Amino acid sequence: MRDVTCPYSKEVMNHFRNPHNLGEMNEADGIGKVGNPLCGDVMRIYIKVSESEKGEEIIKDIKFQTFGCVAAIATSSMVTELAKGKTIDEAMKITRNNVADSLDGLPPIKMHCSNLAADALHAAIKDYKSKKLQSEDVVI
Amino acid sequence: MRKVYMDYAATTPVDDRVLEAMKPFFSKKYGNASSMHSYGQDAKNALDNSRHILADSINAKNNEIVFTGSGSEADNLAIKGVAFANRFKGKHIITSSIEHHAVLEPCEWLEKQGFDLTILPVDKSGLVDPSAVETAIRKDTILVSIMHANNEIGTIEPIDEIGRICKENDVYFHTDAVQTFGKISIDIEKMNVDLLSTSAHKLYGPKGVGCLYVRDDVKIEPLIHGGKHEFGLRSSTENIAGIVGFGKAVELRKGEMPTEMRNLTKLRTILIKEVIKIEDAHLNGHSELRLPNNANFWFKFIEGESLMMDLSLNGVSASTGSACSSKSLKASHVLLAIGLKPEEAHGSLRLSLGKYNTAEDVEYVLNVLPKSVEKLRKISPFKRDWNSENNFEKNIRT
Ligand SMILES: Cc1ncc(COP(=O)(O)O)c(C=O)c1O
Repeated sequence: MRDVTCPYSKEVMNHFRNPHNLGEMNEADGIGKVGNPLCGDVMRIYIKVSESEKGEEIIKDIKFQTFGCVAAIATSSMVTELAKGKTIDEAMKITRNNVADSLDGLPPIKMHCSNLAADALHAAIKDYKSKKLQSEDVVI
Repeated sequence: MRKVYMDYAATTPVDDRVLEAMKPFFSKKYGNASSMHSYGQDAKNALDNSRHILADSINAKNNEIVFTGSGSEADNLAIKGVAFANRFKGKHIITSSIEHHAVLEPCEWLEKQGFDLTILPVDKSGLVDPSAVETAIRKDTILVSIMHANNEIGTIEPIDEIGRICKENDVYFHTDAVQTFGKISIDIEKMNVDLLSTSAHKLYGPKGVGCLYVRDDVKIEPLIHGGKHEFGLRSSTENIAGIVGFGKAVELRKGEMPTEMRNLTKLRTILIKEVIKIEDAHLNGHSELRLPNNANFWFKFIEGESLMMDLSLNGVSASTGSACSSKSLKASHVLLAIGLKPEEAHGSLRLSLGKYNTAEDVEYVLNVLPKSVEKLRKISPFKRDWNSENNFEKNIRT
């Protein structure tokens, strides 16, 4: 069996210890789901979007739920921090590297497998957009 | 914060008395055991003494004890050494799906070199079926390697019976006893083994010293050629300090083993009884045929590396078979072999106890562990089943 020391940065451990924006969201405007329990990482990101006075679509609220390792949990928590209050266009530009950098880096082996949080965020925004299109269709 | 080490299957601290016994051999009695002068003879005597202690402890002869650089090296020597020496007799090797990598990898490497390999399955508790060994033996089988007890789930294999079958069929039998040596008494005659691997750092000795018992009529080639140390099976100037430490550790086990194993069994039994009360916690391995110090669980809907790290933040050191904590990013082959699904194996936790653990340690773990599990389940999207869509779609605004 494998032995593990602490390969994680302080910032990663902080987010792991006290995850931000944790939980489910009722009546989310968009939900992003990525990963697969087989591989050991599954993330859900929930967003609530509202329009600003300028007519921009802002991520008003965001929540996450994650099954996975320390890196998976910390990146999920971090991405919610990065996206909160941003316009959906800005949020779409958040990359996996942004998330890892904000956490003062991830162990190389975790960069690929557990750094899915940006993907989950993008999926949630896409889900929001497609829902919106659908509801507009209905109106027409 | 209390610190509790419950990862004795990974390694153990060096016993103070072992350390004291080793000390003189670094800078005072530093001779080379091959030298004729007094420094050399001091080293040679110390080497012989340890060899005798090890031989005596498993009912073997002195010349059947080969010191190696680790348990992994002992496994490699047994498997590759026997395969090479007997390749004209046959090319078939039998092992099990739950062996340590130090056995499985050499076997798989030999397969690439043209040997035939049969990997026997195990049942849900991790047991190899001796009759399956018998069925698998062919005319060209040269070696069977089945571990004495598994390092992850602690299951103790029916070694005596497998040994008897190998003897009847005139096939060499190797067992990896790295996890049992010093915990369960070993008698190579009763067990009918031809080769047996051990490692000092699992029994309060130093790291980097192992031993392979090789019955004196076994045909075997060395891995390391050179000055013919260790009966020609392991050349290189002997690690006298390490070997002295190994000898001392084994000597101490003799007196300590019976009471200690009774204590550990008691503590371990309480641990298992209480932990499986946690909702959706499951025991891995056999309920009775298991190492006295081993407990292994899986917890539904959470991942083991997170669990291990959360425990570590609370002072408890344990280990997991989750893919996320492995260099290969694969879930434990042992847990998959006993029928766990990958997502279940990811949620595994091994607690392995040792002689410095107390009832208070167990109590502390029983206090901390349920909280860690609960915390991670709160974070997890899975609540009732793995298909979280059920409790999921309702959240979407319609
Ligand atoms: C069953 C088993 N075999 C072999 C080994 C390898 O021993 P070592 O660490 O001395 O190379 C270990 C321990 O890691 C083990 O548990």
